[in-house]
Amino acid sequence: MMTIGPVHYLVLGAILFTLGAAGVVLRRNAVVVLMSVELMLNAVNLTFLAFSRFPLVQNAPMQGGILQGHVAVFFVIATAAAEAAVGLAIIIAVFRSRTSINVDEFDSLKF
Amino acid sequence: MEAVLFYIFAIGVVVAGAQVVLRRNPIYGAVSLVACFFFLAGIYVLLSAHLIAILQVMVYAGAVMVLFVFVIMLLNLKEEELGEMHVTTMKGIGLAAVLVLVGFIAWKALTPVQFARDMAVNEQIHGFGGVKAVGNVLYRSSVLPFEVTSLLLLVAVVSAVVIAKGKI
Repeated sequence: MMTIGPVHYLVLGAILFTLGAAGVVLRRNAVVVLMSVELMLNAVNLTFLAFSRFPLVQNAPMQGGILQGHVAVFFVIATAAAEAAVGLAIIIAVFRSRTSINVDEFDSLKF
Repeated sequence: MEAVLFYIFAIGVVVAGAQVVLRRNPIYGAVSLVACFFFLAGIYVLLSAHLIAILQVMVYAGAVMVLFVFVIMLLNLKEEELGEMHVTTMKGIGLAAVLVLVGFIAWKALTPVQFARDMAVNEQIHGFGGVKAVGNVLYRSSVLPFEVTSLLLLVAVVSAVVIAKGKI
């Protein structure tokens, strides 16, 4: 219990991902749904880093070795920033035409 | 020492993450999310991913969350527009049960897995997780994805302006 191994980090990542998924399913505020997606992305980042420090194989088969996980997290962070910008722009555009950000009301393909 | 720090940061991450989901007002959720990202940065430092921890604070807690807070302020939702939250005890018990179950399944599934040596203690790569080591991998084996990411960010900037502005 006192030595922190890879399982601790992976379980924390699983709990954080579950929280994010619950937020996406349960909440109706579109901004909160986007924030929950960010939580899920961070859970994935945590899992990448945990496997990067505690690898399953002794010698990494890929070029660049065991730090590939850090590179993957770098790309996830960049993509999450782009996703947040575009998602919030969509929320603003929808709020202009519908004056609501309740995702339950967005049920028609054409308005 | 590592165990104490891990449990402090882990409890902070889970509590702040739960606040994001459970708080009715999104501005409280946004502030909790900033706290959650700071605790996660601490966890990343424990995993000796120093560059990623700095990026987490600068990009996520800094840039992305400022964007969220700005949009929440811009929408300026009234009290009745927030929608009622039906937080019942049953839902709270259900969420807690799911979290415990997921944690238990992950624990039981992962315990028999044999992990290789601890890379950071191993010191096989000098400066594991630092700017130099990660940058070496990033610019050697992932140059093309790196350049494509810059294109992605450019497209995101242009599309955000086009979508949010309405009439150009």
